[in-house]
Amino acid sequence: MIKHYDVLKDDYENAGKVSSDIKRTLKQLGLDTKTLRNVAIAAYEAEINMIIHSLGGDITFELSDEGEVILCFDDIGPGIPNLDLALQPGWSTASAKARELGFGAGMGLVNMKRVANDFHIESSPQGTHLKMRFSS
Amino acid sequence: MLIKDINQLEEIKMIHAGDQDKQMEGAYIGDLLSIVMSKAEENQLWLTVQAHLNALAVATLVDMAGILFVEGTQVDDATLERAKELNLPLYTTHLSAYEAVKKLIALGI
Repeated sequence: MIKHYDVLKDDYENAGKVSSDIKRTLKQLGLDTKTLRNVAIAAYEAEINMIIHSLGGDITFELSDEGEVILCFDDIGPGIPNLDLALQPGWSTASAKARELGFGAGMGLVNMKRVANDFHIESSPQGTHLKMRFSS
Repeated sequence: MLIKDINQLEEIKMIHAGDQDKQMEGAYIGDLLSIVMSKAEENQLWLTVQAHLNALAVATLVDMAGILFVEGTQVDDATLERAKELNLPLYTTHLSAYEAVKKLIALGI
């Protein structure tokens, strides 16, 4: 099963809708609670990052025949200037608006890396590409 | 305990009923969404000042029992509409998170 979603820059109003749909789909398919929770955390963090920091992009969700969940987040820029810093707990470049809403804890990528079985990220000014895998 | 059991606390006002028969097991206090997302647990009541759509998304993803907005925080119409769609119980109180938790503990949560 493969699903695609479009994400728009600064679309705070719909933030979380993609993650909720992914979670709902996997719950209906009977994925175990722990993996479901990990996928939901990672999907939400990545979806929010795309809304807050990117110029927009798309999300692909795949459930393989072997039961592995694969999430891909591909945006169109502007890229993460320093990935090493972005992966440090507490480091954030979130705007004042995002911080007012409770974002910008600097834990997004840290949380994703913690819950995913496999985490791969590449970034350039042309876009950030993030792929995560989860297995039960 | 069910979420409807907190209706007996007069300092806590219901904003949206949602699923009143939802199980409630403890509470979580926090305003940074990433921290709540990773640390809060299913069926907890969430105490926060983040009264907006994104808080509802977090509560739903974690399968929390409901949200109690503290310090007199009010929700806007869009948030209320989303709570109806999600069937998520929402409450507000003029109390601080600390004072509200004392009331909840006294109730037996």
